[in-house]
Amino acid sequence: MPFTPPAVDDVLAALTNRCAGVTVSEFRGQTRVVVPVESCFDALACLKERGFDLLVDVSCVDYLDYRDPPMQMAGCAGHRYGLVYLLASTTTNQRLTLRVFVDDPEPTVPSAVPLWEAANWLEREVWDLFGIRFAGHPDLRRLVMPEEFAAHPLRKDYPLQGRGERHNFPVITRDHS
Amino acid sequence: MSIAPPELDAQISGDTGRGDTGGARSEDYLWTLNFGPQHPATHTTLRLVLKLEGERVVDAMPEMGYLHSGFEKIGEHLTFNQYVTVTDRMNYISPMANNVAWHHAVETLLGIDLTPRCKYVRTIVTELARLSDHLLSNGAVGLDTGAFTFFLYAFYQREVIYDIFETLCGARFTNSYTRVGGVSHDITPLVVEKIRTFVKTFPKTLDDMERLLTRNRIFVDRTKGVGVLTKEEAINRGATGPVARASGVPRDLRKDEPYLAYADFDFNVPCASAGDCYARYLVRMQEMRESLKIVAQAVENIPAGPVNVGIDQRTSLPTKQQVYSTIEGTISHFELSMSNRGFEVPCEETYAAIEAPNGELGFYICGDGNETAYRARCRPPSLLHFAMFPHLIRGHTLSDVVAVLGSLNIIAAELDR
Repeated sequence: MPFTPPAVDDVLAALTNRCAGVTVSEFRGQTRVVVPVESCFDALACLKERGFDLLVDVSCVDYLDYRDPPMQMAGCAGHRYGLVYLLASTTTNQRLTLRVFVDDPEPTVPSAVPLWEAANWLEREVWDLFGIRFAGHPDLRRLVMPEEFAAHPLRKDYPLQGRGERHNFPVITRDHS
Repeated sequence: MSIAPPELDAQISGDTGRGDTGGARSEDYLWTLNFGPQHPATHTTLRLVLKLEGERVVDAMPEMGYLHSGFEKIGEHLTFNQYVTVTDRMNYISPMANNVAWHHAVETLLGIDLTPRCKYVRTIVTELARLSDHLLSNGAVGLDTGAFTFFLYAFYQREVIYDIFETLCGARFTNSYTRVGGVSHDITPLVVEKIRTFVKTFPKTLDDMERLLTRNRIFVDRTKGVGVLTKEEAINRGATGPVARASGVPRDLRKDEPYLAYADFDFNVPCASAGDCYARYLVRMQEMRESLKIVAQAVENIPAGPVNVGIDQRTSLPTKQQVYSTIEGTISHFELSMSNRGFEVPCEETYAAIEAPNGELGFYICGDGNETAYRARCRPPSLLHFAMFPHLIRGHTLSDVVAVLGSLNIIAAELDR
């Protein structure tokens, strides 16, 4: 049988007490909580206090042309970007996924860098590829794309082939290098 | 190496605001040095802008993206079975582990329980991949600190592992071995024989390697106390795998979340508390012995039976025998081969990770009903390890840069994806 991580009920109770509008769902034994963007930082801080000391990953999903709106997470249908915070505990091996939904035109969430230094580059990558701003991030620059790149390529309205950026690269010759 | 243009110098002094580096007066004495993107000691295409005071590194600004190929974007356009070829190219010094990680995540999303034989086969190839990864990363630490023979000893054994993989699936390097619900080729008696021989001969090389380097005065002086990562910092900065274990975080997904067949085997998780380059080297060396123990146990106990899941699950292609002699096999083969059929995927999202040689390698997959992921996020261990590089190198000398880089085992292809 596949391994099921330890239950997180007590943590969820604490989280529901502390933040309003928390929705909990489960799929394949993985617990996910959706929190409103206002209480995102508070929820992360609460989870960190309750033993989730390892920030495994920060990523994002663009639901622009998702076939089914994320119905399984009540109250989140219709939003465009869903941030994913994967948390784990190094002592109890519990895992928890925290989701925050944001929208155009200015998708912004509070940065988690004050809580975890690990969030620094992960959030830079999300900013780079999805164009989500992290308020309070100490150094929000692009991570993998060139500095002068204008688009956010992992958004669903960005084509796989690109928009001709490659053709516009300046050609540096030996004489002008 | 070349000296960076002045605007980079301005960028590096202005960007982080991490404490003052001596004020305006001593600023005049600082050198800015471009390390990479094409430098033999970076091993891959990554760049460091180092701020030096004499030979001492005052600050470092890692720069990445030179190998960014949009793997996650491609993952939204290739089917679950096709994308395994792309995962080969992420951490290319242990592609088998990436294959297993990818399909482990896909199978978690689809809710497939593998056959016992498949679990064993995948465990064996992951552990062999771990051996080859640790051989290269420890070999490279040796190489960068001046121990060339050590590197050659390690590389010879990698060649033996490549031979095993070639016998197993026809590919030496980019294996693309796993499939949804199974593997591309079942393990054969010849492969088992080769693995048995390897298990017998490898410890001797490992002993030789340890005798060459572990107590070597020059090597110990160059790595001990260099790039120290404390336990708190390791957790806070998201370190996993050997890097975290060398800092005293006893976290190993093989023990903590036993996936595949790891619950069946007797093995230890080596940890250290020093958190320096030498500790990371020791942890990797010891992990190789433990991996070998797992391989030795697994290869003698491979369960009989099919290696792929049954045809009623409709995820892996049935055998020719089944296609030609049963109606279910014919239907299943037909449905899987048609581009408009395929298998059913829930409109759901899951995250599943394995303990890859470098740390926790996981995929966050978002399914939207067809057999292409809507989003295939890869959680690369190297990214978080590279992010802590400035923290580890500050205050050390320029020659320590390569030791720290090597001990973190930064693979740019996995970093940039």
